[in-house]
Amino acid sequence: MSEHKYVDKATGTETVGHEWDGIVELDTPMPRWWVWTFYATIVWGIAYMILYPAWPLVNSATEGVLGWTSRGELQKEMSAREQQLEPIRAALVANDINSVAANENLRNQAINGGASAFKVHCVQCHGSGASGFKGYPNLNDDDWLWGGDLEAIEYTLVHGIRQPDHPDTRFSQMPAFGRDGILQPNEIQDVVSYVRTISGDERPSPASERGAVLYEANCTICHGADGKGDRFQGAPNLTDRIALYGRDRASLTETITNSRYGVMPRWSERLDPATIRMLAIYVHSLGGGEAAPQPDETAETGTGDEQS
Amino acid sequence: MNNPDEILDPELKLYEARKAVHPQRIDGTFRRLKWAIMIVTLAIYYITPWIRWDRGPYAPNQAVLVDLANRRFYMFGIEIWPHEFYYVAGLLVMAGIGLFLVTSAVGRAWCGYACPQTVWTDLFQHVDRFVDGDRNARMRMDKAPWTAKKTVRRLFKWGIYLFIAFWTGGAWIMYFADAPTLVVDFWTGEAAFVAYATVGILTATTFIFGGFMREQVCVYMCPWPRIQAAMMDEKSLQVTYKDWRGEKRGSIKKAQKDPAAFGDCVDCNQCVAVCPTGIDIREGPQIGCITCALCIDACDRVMGEVGRPRGLIDYITADDAEAEKAGKETGPAWKNLLRLRTLVYFGVWAGIGLAMLFALGNRTRLDLAVQHDRNPVYVQLSNGDIRNAYTAKIRNMENRPRQMNVSITGLPGATLWEGGTSRPDQQTALEVTVPADSVANLRLFIAAPETTSERDEFVMTIEGAGENAESDSEELFFERPKN
Repeated sequence: MSEHKYVDKATGTETVGHEWDGIVELDTPMPRWWVWTFYATIVWGIAYMILYPAWPLVNSATEGVLGWTSRGELQKEMSAREQQLEPIRAALVANDINSVAANENLRNQAINGGASAFKVHCVQCHGSGASGFKGYPNLNDDDWLWGGDLEAIEYTLVHGIRQPDHPDTRFSQMPAFGRDGILQPNEIQDVVSYVRTISGDERPSPASERGAVLYEANCTICHGADGKGDRFQGAPNLTDRIALYGRDRASLTETITNSRYGVMPRWSERLDPATIRMLAIYVHSLGGGEAAPQPDETAETGTGDEQS
Repeated sequence: MNNPDEILDPELKLYEARKAVHPQRIDGTFRRLKWAIMIVTLAIYYITPWIRWDRGPYAPNQAVLVDLANRRFYMFGIEIWPHEFYYVAGLLVMAGIGLFLVTSAVGRAWCGYACPQTVWTDLFQHVDRFVDGDRNARMRMDKAPWTAKKTVRRLFKWGIYLFIAFWTGGAWIMYFADAPTLVVDFWTGEAAFVAYATVGILTATTFIFGGFMREQVCVYMCPWPRIQAAMMDEKSLQVTYKDWRGEKRGSIKKAQKDPAAFGDCVDCNQCVAVCPTGIDIREGPQIGCITCALCIDACDRVMGEVGRPRGLIDYITADDAEAEKAGKETGPAWKNLLRLRTLVYFGVWAGIGLAMLFALGNRTRLDLAVQHDRNPVYVQLSNGDIRNAYTAKIRNMENRPRQMNVSITGLPGATLWEGGTSRPDQQTALEVTVPADSVANLRLFIAAPETTSERDEFVMTIEGAGENAESDSEELFFERPKN
């Protein structure tokens, strides 16, 4: 049987030799073009394995004679992009921040770049919408501890807040009135009542009147007699509707008893001046940015010189 | 019984090589109509991109321009933005229904006269005739061995094909960029790669489809003939050989001997000779018949020469053919055009057209789209007010810069200002200038006093200043923290 070739009469093609109820299957040869395409893919495959990384080894793969790597490609694209951005980065730091931000094109570039940098370096504390959390300020609002004009924001970014090894850092230190025994717990409650009165959260009461006396003695030096705070010292305004750690009694009690010492890195250690500038312009654009102070106020806001 | 040898006609092969078609020159009513349509369609195709249309300094001055790069479509006085693409979709729907209408009324007229494949095939067949002579000469040339003379002739002919094909592709790209600039760029090597690629592809397809594949495209590749078969009915005109009048066919000599036994067809084969798709219409309606009616011209001429009435092959509906066969009177052909089916098609077609015209006449050339910031949704300000931020996209679809007024209504005590500026005391409207033919991105802040309401609805409106005071508005929410 096996020697006999079965040939279909109608087409002249060999059959596979089986028969099912008179039905036979043609053993049609592969079309030429298909076979050649198949050979071509084999050649292609071998060439590819020689030219590009292919065979997995223990720690890496064979390198391929072209030396191509996906990381190398990324590196190339990144450095090409860096080169494209170089003139913009140079222009951003070529002048003082206020005149840089006055240039609409540079300002827009900075806002876009700042938004990207913010998502990498700042969202961990300030949140992706820059609206902060308890203890981490909301950067969208119009309340600033250390000043909300471009120079002040940039200074804060450059020097950070409460960086112990850095003399130029933003530093304020509120005593831990309770822990250090300066005020007794009932006195602290009186001060809380007073603070909540000037912020409009409570009506005046005997407790707040007692608190007013204690406030005058202990707090005015930083927060001012009117409770509006002092940006030079980083003392918050107690009369507004925004409080970094909350305006409720429990939070205020905790603040006065143990004090709070929020910190922010000094970004000059980690970021280049152009990126810091972009971040400053971006944060300034979020809605709370303030105009540059008039010259006679400069000393008062104490934003200091630009970073070197 | 199931042996394929018994079923298959030994003559019928599974595959048969194409037999080249060498249509003979013919003149007549329909040939002239074909010439006219060819000239008109080709003229439209080649001239349109060169028509200028002044749109002022802010827009291109090409009458018909599909500006893919800037995502604008210009057609004379009409400018279409990407979001208005439904006008183009509407045009395509109209083209589709138009084809239904034409097909149900006059059969495959599209195939016979207006289809680019038909027009270019016709053009290439004229080239064949110009280079190699008429039908018989061409057939001889085809069979002749490949001598130097034949080779030169063939190369010359294919050169003309290529020339036509190149100009076909070359004209196409003119619709997608400023034509005079593009021509210069194209020949100086400065045009975009896609321009060269498009010309290359269209040159190749024209060269192959028009020069070599010809009727095979219609018979084997094109879906339209199949669809058309479903669109036609017994009241659609089609090219018909009137067998009841023509049969039994025979030469004049034979018919003279026995006039009673023979019909009008003198079996001269002229209808076959002139057919551009190489079919014999006397075999009845078939997929290869594009109803170009050249066989009618050929037959009419022969009938005139032998002194018999014209119209042995003619445009006739299936119903009329039945009636004529039965010896009944048939009404005038135009009556078949006015029937429910064609009227419904026409009504839908015209309805869409009118609706689009109406919509085009009434569309506003500005548009407001506002997005409320979701992160953060609201910001508490130090004086207790709540601020929400919005990103407004303002489209100015006119070819001039426009002053627009942005205002809010329905939010008590609210103040509106633009991002990057400081908060004013009290303001619910501001002026912006939107550049010509572009979208302005506007960052807007709205502050309102703290209330117990978590969510207030209000309306933002933009109004174009000046002579054309259009406006657009959007309902928005103002959100506050939960109390």
